[in-house]
Amino acid sequence: MDTARSVKGEAMEAAENRDEMLARVRGLCVRRGGRSIFDGVDLDIRRGQVTAIMGPSGTGKTTLLRVLGGQLRPQAGEVHVLGEAVPQLSRAELYALRRRMGVLFQSGALFTHLSVFENVAFPIREHARLPEPLVETLVLLKLEAVGLRGARDLMPAELSGGMARRVALARAIALDPALMMYDEPFAGQDPITMGVLIDLIRRLNDALGLTSVVVSHDVHETFAIADYVYVLADGAVIAEGTPAQLNASEAASVRQFVDARPDGPVPFHYPARSLADELTGGRGS
Amino acid sequence: MIGAIQGLGRRTLDGLRGLGEAVLLMLRILRAAPEVVRRPRLLIEQLYVVGVLSLVIILVSALFVGLVLGLQGYYTLVDFGAEDAVGTMVALTLVRELGPVVTALLFAGRAGSSLTAEVGLMKATEQLSSMEMMAVDPERRILAPRFFAALLAVPLLAAIFSAVGVFGGYLVSVGMIGIDAGAYWSNMQNAVTVQDDILNGAIKSVVFGFLAGWIALHKGYMATPTSSGVSRATTMGVVHTSLAVLGLDFLLTALMFG
Amino acid sequence: MSQRLVEIWVGLFVALGLAGFLVLALQVSGLAEIRQQPGYQVAASFDNIGGLRERAPVSMAGVRVGKVERIELNPESHQAEVILRIDQRYDRIPVDTSAAIYTSGLLGEQYVGLEAGWEDETLGSGDRITQTQSAVVLERLIGQFLTRMQD
Repeated sequence: MDTARSVKGEAMEAAENRDEMLARVRGLCVRRGGRSIFDGVDLDIRRGQVTAIMGPSGTGKTTLLRVLGGQLRPQAGEVHVLGEAVPQLSRAELYALRRRMGVLFQSGALFTHLSVFENVAFPIREHARLPEPLVETLVLLKLEAVGLRGARDLMPAELSGGMARRVALARAIALDPALMMYDEPFAGQDPITMGVLIDLIRRLNDALGLTSVVVSHDVHETFAIADYVYVLADGAVIAEGTPAQLNASEAASVRQFVDARPDGPVPFHYPARSLADELTGGRGS
Repeated sequence: MIGAIQGLGRRTLDGLRGLGEAVLLMLRILRAAPEVVRRPRLLIEQLYVVGVLSLVIILVSALFVGLVLGLQGYYTLVDFGAEDAVGTMVALTLVRELGPVVTALLFAGRAGSSLTAEVGLMKATEQLSSMEMMAVDPERRILAPRFFAALLAVPLLAAIFSAVGVFGGYLVSVGMIGIDAGAYWSNMQNAVTVQDDILNGAIKSVVFGFLAGWIALHKGYMATPTSSGVSRATTMGVVHTSLAVLGLDFLLTALMFG
Repeated sequence: MSQRLVEIWVGLFVALGLAGFLVLALQVSGLAEIRQQPGYQVAASFDNIGGLRERAPVSMAGVRVGKVERIELNPESHQAEVILRIDQRYDRIPVDTSAAIYTSGLLGEQYVGLEAGWEDETLGSGDRITQTQSAVVLERLIGQFLTRMQD
């Protein structure tokens, strides 16, 4: 037991020294409003890979992204991103670190008063003193990468949900971040858009040398592009591995999730009295 | 009984925490001042939104307030044979009190509520959050220019209000009622001083601009990110600004003119 | 709205605001008096100036000819020392002109009224009006009235 753990620890240290771990989470504890969201979670985000965080609704997957991005401070635990201990950073240091991260929010969160072009140009203009022609070139290239160069002058209100997400993606990669985080990118999308997004996430990750973290509960789509998957439930990691390994797993909780079974370790019924009691007012049958 | 006392204690603590939050936010906004100066474009855009677009309501209100002051002033003074003093009355009332206060109240209703709604909506649609993650501090980029625009706009609007109001009083008392124009202006000029009246009125309007901008932005920034949350924040912003302006007006008047 | 148009409107707005301040300062307040016409100073002593204030008007035959510049108490004579500023164009006021303090209207402000004398010599800067009449103080008037009633 001890030998196994120390061997694993050494391997991990060696991996870190080779800078293979882009982000590392150890013993994460997050409590919100009296509820415990995470209770001792360990994660590794490997450089150059697409890592998926999955689990039933409400397990706090989005909260995890907020912790990685420094928008939420955990009650306990270590969070290292790109070599920095995120919860200990000052406001200025945190903002400096965020320049190397890109986030795609679930709603896209485009600036409604700016056009598509202006939205993508925003981070470039804020952080780099570049001449306008160069900014324009960069923006057009990013839009081309997501296939929306022709929509450059549209306003966000004129875009469909899928298109808005692609523009938000172009904006998120505008500064060529080292780490990309996707919050439920496939939620509520039609099959074609979903296909486009799946394709984009994988291609961009490989072409631009990114490291991606995808938070999702769409098993089929995510398994298609993820290199490594963590399954969260009840505030802890209940399973991890490559998609192939998870598909082969025998654990009941993993099987319920992967096979999309309505009942299992995550029960169908919200806890309540027995139906007989409820209907007869507790008088018994 | 215990429950009520506990509730009172909790409410007080919540209120204090909210106030502390607001003060810390204001300190961060003030620290962003050099950046606002370096990027005047943002400030100018906001001056347009809160200043220029408020001009119409300020001008119209000022005219009517001036007309009413002239009329009511005449009715009251004529019983004492002192109708020549109507110019003095209109001018002092406007410059010392109504100019700064009514401008601030109108500003809170028109520009303040729009600031709260805009910021609240940006928060609700995660635009502020995504801006944070793009390493752009929304407090510097969004809040600071709006605050300084309010701080500059309110005194300017108050001066316009007082000037137009005095003119309104002139229209009614000299134009309509027939008081001697010379008496209107000369009595006024004898009574109104730059140091005591105009300057104090200007100081008041700066304080009110500070309050209006601060409260409107804080409410929007801290709004619950739902549609009812934003709506509540907008209403509360106007209410709190109005109460703060009126309360502080009493304090300032006692200090300045007492 | 183009950037240029926005800037123009904001510029107009700020200009309007500053104009408002200027109007208040110059037209509404007593600052207008600073850009005054040239004038000369004349002194007058009164037993009681009543409610006379600085910057109160000085008039002759009902026409405004100047204003009260300063009011001080003469420590020796215990009389009120009033410095009047007469506009330069009224430079032919006889030296034996008298000055009295009147009230405009029933509750109006008090002013100095000059009654012309007959001497040929005229007042110049630094001269003194010797014949003065104090303000009517209501309590004194009532007191006089009651005394006379008792007679």
